[in-house]
Amino acid sequence: MDNLEKYTQAFVEAFDITAEQARTLKFQDIPAWDSVGHMGLISKLEDDFGIMMDTEDIIDLSSFEKGKETLKKYGVEVG
Amino acid sequence: MAWKLADFGAATAVLTQDGEEITYSRLDEYAKTLADKVSSGRLVFSLCSNTVGSLAAYVGFLNAGVVPLMLSADIDAGILGRLIDIYKPDFLWLPEARIAQLALVYPPKYSAHGYALLKTPFNAEYLLNSGLGLLLSTSGSTGDPKLVRQSLKNIRANTRSIIECLRIDASERAITTLPMNYTYGLSIINTHLAAGASLALTEKTMMQKEFWAFMKGSFATSFGGVPYTYEMLDRLRFSRMELPHLKTATQAGGKLSAELHKKFAQWAADARKKFVVMYGQTEATARMSYLPPEAALEKCGSMGIAIPGGKFCLVDAEDAPVETPDSVGELVYEGDNVAMGYAVCGEDLSKGDEWRGRLVTGDMAKFDADGYFYIVGRKKRFLKIFGNRVNLDETERMIKSAFPDADCACGGVDDKLKIYTTAPELSSDILRFVSEKTGLNKSAFEAVALASIPKNAAGKTLYAELPK
Repeated sequence: MDNLEKYTQAFVEAFDITAEQARTLKFQDIPAWDSVGHMGLISKLEDDFGIMMDTEDIIDLSSFEKGKETLKKYGVEVG
Repeated sequence: MAWKLADFGAATAVLTQDGEEITYSRLDEYAKTLADKVSSGRLVFSLCSNTVGSLAAYVGFLNAGVVPLMLSADIDAGILGRLIDIYKPDFLWLPEARIAQLALVYPPKYSAHGYALLKTPFNAEYLLNSGLGLLLSTSGSTGDPKLVRQSLKNIRANTRSIIECLRIDASERAITTLPMNYTYGLSIINTHLAAGASLALTEKTMMQKEFWAFMKGSFATSFGGVPYTYEMLDRLRFSRMELPHLKTATQAGGKLSAELHKKFAQWAADARKKFVVMYGQTEATARMSYLPPEAALEKCGSMGIAIPGGKFCLVDAEDAPVETPDSVGELVYEGDNVAMGYAVCGEDLSKGDEWRGRLVTGDMAKFDADGYFYIVGRKKRFLKIFGNRVNLDETERMIKSAFPDADCACGGVDDKLKIYTTAPELSSDILRFVSEKTGLNKSAFEAVALASIPKNAAGKTLYAELPK
């Protein structure tokens, strides 16, 4: 599995959605991505990629697209 | 009259996320204009959000003798429909955007601030008791129609006590972190408006950078949180944030873990802030106790002492007082903030004060030699999920009626409700259903497959025998 697949899979599992839905998703687009769901997503991304995000990045990860940029800062190239 | 808004005239009452600043006189004007459209003694369902429209309606209705039932703007359409059938309100006040989503066909009578007033076909269907001021749901999430009846006297008493023990003055500014239809969130609003202080109103959550930008930009001096809020703050490494204007953080809505209590008490001591653990219930208007901030570290794990004007005692199974330290009994509270009673149907709205200032809380507690109280357990079958009371029997009933082929039982701990089911193939459907109905994130629920639900000969579920 490449990084993009792994990244997409994190959204799919955290929010119980399809990869298709994940690709255009933004914070609070669906009930599952509320502040509670956000904590779950962040933990999953940190675990799956072996990184530890700064507060600024945690509260700035407001969409699927945005998260790709965030991960780049931690040396993870996504798609 | 509940609020003397005009007294504070040109002082700022509200700052909004969009940068709007609203004075007390302006808020008073908004409130009066709206309340004029509804006659005194009528029932209104108010679908709340942390916005000007929601706030103006709350203060306007209370001042005009209109009784609002405060509900979440995100309420499930089915649950709202059931409540309308049961209580037959004269009006609905809700965000305009929700009208179509909830498929409501009532004619609009007035609109302002992104909210609309809809006229239902009902006209003073039930008599409202003259002392009744406000209705709140204890667990709106499961659709249980049980409401708490609060009087203006209750609200005034609790507001006064909280202002006194937290020393809230006109210089304070609270940022909203809890919903307005949630008793503790409403209490923060009450205490600030009564003290001539101000509110930073936002719908953003702590997981959004806009929230933190607003917190800094609005010079907010305090916020409140339930245990889950503090878990999030811990995750965000809150103690490292630079928040020079913040003075106080309060916590209620369930018992914080001893570890987090200690962590935040230590943060407060180091950063010269106040961290105040409190205990409350909707049945006591909002809050009953506080742990004085200077004792936050020493009395870690304690819910503190009664607020000014209130009194705690413990009783055993025979209702006899428990008077020795470290002995467990059921917590009983006495004070003017104890609500009038419950309502389960429209006729109940005419009832007077049934509780007469004494509330048997359903929580088991003990006190130490210095008189500080500690919650140790619960008598009733409910959990607190992200600060919301979720009744386990009610949740079971809801699942069984939607999934008649699955036997199930509910248990678990706060913030993790376990659904034991004999139909593992339905697990993901059940989880989705419960999350949708309660409006609580799915991560709060876990399905556990069992071959059968343990029961006694009479067919009653043996909850103690469910796997942990």
